[in-house]
Amino acid sequence: MTAPAVLEETAAGSAGSLTVIKARHPGRWIAGAVVAVLLAMAVNALITNPAWDWPVVGAYLFHPSVLHAVLFTVELTALGIVLGFLLGTVLALMRLSRVPLLASVAWGYVWLFRSVPLILQLLFWYNLAALYKQISFGVPFGPAFFSVGSMDLIGPVTAAALGLALHQAAYAAEIVRGGFLSVDPGQLEAAAALGIPRARQIFRIQLPQAMRSIVPAAGNEIIGLVKGTSVVYIMALPELFYQVQVIYNRNGRVIAMLLVAAIWYLVLTTVLSAAQYYVERRFGRGLARGLPPTPLQRVRRILTVRRQRPAGGGGGRR
Amino acid sequence: MSTPMVDVRGVHKSYGPLEVLRGVDLQVQPGEVTVIIGPSGSGKSTLLRSINHLEKIDRGYVAIDGEFVGYRRSGDRLYELREREILRRRTHIGFVFQNFNLFPHLTVRENVTEAPVSAQGRPRAEVEALAAELLEQVGLSDKADAYPRQLSGGQQQRVAIARALALRPKVVLFDEPTSALDPELVGEVLEVMKALARSGTTMIVVTHEIGFAREVADTVVFMDAGQIIEQGPPPQVLDRPRHDRTRAFLGKVL
Repeated sequence: MTAPAVLEETAAGSAGSLTVIKARHPGRWIAGAVVAVLLAMAVNALITNPAWDWPVVGAYLFHPSVLHAVLFTVELTALGIVLGFLLGTVLALMRLSRVPLLASVAWGYVWLFRSVPLILQLLFWYNLAALYKQISFGVPFGPAFFSVGSMDLIGPVTAAALGLALHQAAYAAEIVRGGFLSVDPGQLEAAAALGIPRARQIFRIQLPQAMRSIVPAAGNEIIGLVKGTSVVYIMALPELFYQVQVIYNRNGRVIAMLLVAAIWYLVLTTVLSAAQYYVERRFGRGLARGLPPTPLQRVRRILTVRRQRPAGGGGGRR
Repeated sequence: MSTPMVDVRGVHKSYGPLEVLRGVDLQVQPGEVTVIIGPSGSGKSTLLRSINHLEKIDRGYVAIDGEFVGYRRSGDRLYELREREILRRRTHIGFVFQNFNLFPHLTVRENVTEAPVSAQGRPRAEVEALAAELLEQVGLSDKADAYPRQLSGGQQQRVAIARALALRPKVVLFDEPTSALDPELVGEVLEVMKALARSGTTMIVVTHEIGFAREVADTVVFMDAGQIIEQGPPPQVLDRPRHDRTRAFLGKVL
């Protein structure tokens, strides 16, 4: 009913001279104001309450013993992730292989190591020497060439790294397998039709495409493991969480020391999240019509556009 | 006639209880273009995929230039070859897919050079030069550094053709190469294929493009229900078909 009237008015008002007024959103402004006030209150509560003990936090944040603990946490995480994903990739390929026994063994591994809590697994590895006093290398079921005491071979650090890696491998296997399954079967068919050797099909054609869905999930796992290493405190290893406990048991500043640990975990995960962003871009090549600019590129573009207006978008399209 | 480039004899293939190929015989001479037409589900694509052993056949054999694909003959038995050997023999056969199946994470140039280098072990410099030549041939010299997703469907299919040719195959198989394309992009792919046919490339093309068949084919093959119903030069099969089923099919598509 109203449509013809609108058209008439448009025609009358000498086409093109109509101004567009953007809709107002008072609700958004109110919601924003409420959140801003709450945020200010929270910051205020953090700063003004002396119980948070900020001076002590400052004093211990870069304390050598804390820094050592951070480094150890990073090492454990790196070992756990690298070994975990190496073994996980092998397990995923076994699971996808055409040999039934390999597939079943991989399935069994994932079932076992995902089912038993990490803390329990770590204690098993820690007490391995109680189960097997000697570890021998030689012919299976035959003579041994040499033997080592379990205690000498698997110390607490090795036990921790091994425990984290073996646990991580179970999750990594599923992530990598999911990545492979996400690749269009046509890709493998094309590679086979071109006669590309099998190993090359996997590592040159399938894996790079699988990485697109592996990386975000792996990022989750790595960040999970950074914090997961804190479980190792039960083995009395000087990682971050154990170390701050040692310090607060001595000086009694519990909250301040927990804050120190929290800040370092925040720093580590922030660095990893940023790294993940760039790794995802790397494997996103060719998959979007154009990649969005990185934060750095965005800043640079804003600066250059300010300086010389008519230069135009630059790498906007590809 | 000399030994055929492609020799398909008594090929049977079933998926469970469903018999898709029911004794197919087909010979293609060197330099010939054979176009296979027929209704959906008639086994055209399965036949094409059996020729380069993407599908295993249950009975019969396929030979390319006198060499069995996927099998070794000893006495009156055929032994299936190991994957490595099958892959090596496949490099004699180019295959162009309906959905292009270009590798999206590799540039156009890398798509074309990948197999000749990794599967045939040819020197990279020689293959790069050939790739440049082939991309020029399909009219995409300026796209060598683009990624497939940045190209139109027609351009992607032309890259796929260049990729298949880079292996210097003895025969090129096309599986409905224009079926996934927007109508206005079909022509550019067919032009490339016509040029290829004129250059003496042995081709087997499964297609619904009857016009292409009429213009380019040396032999048109009509398939239905897993069998070849009739074959011959285009005017004979397309204009004076002998079988009712051929007539019925052509009546629907022409």
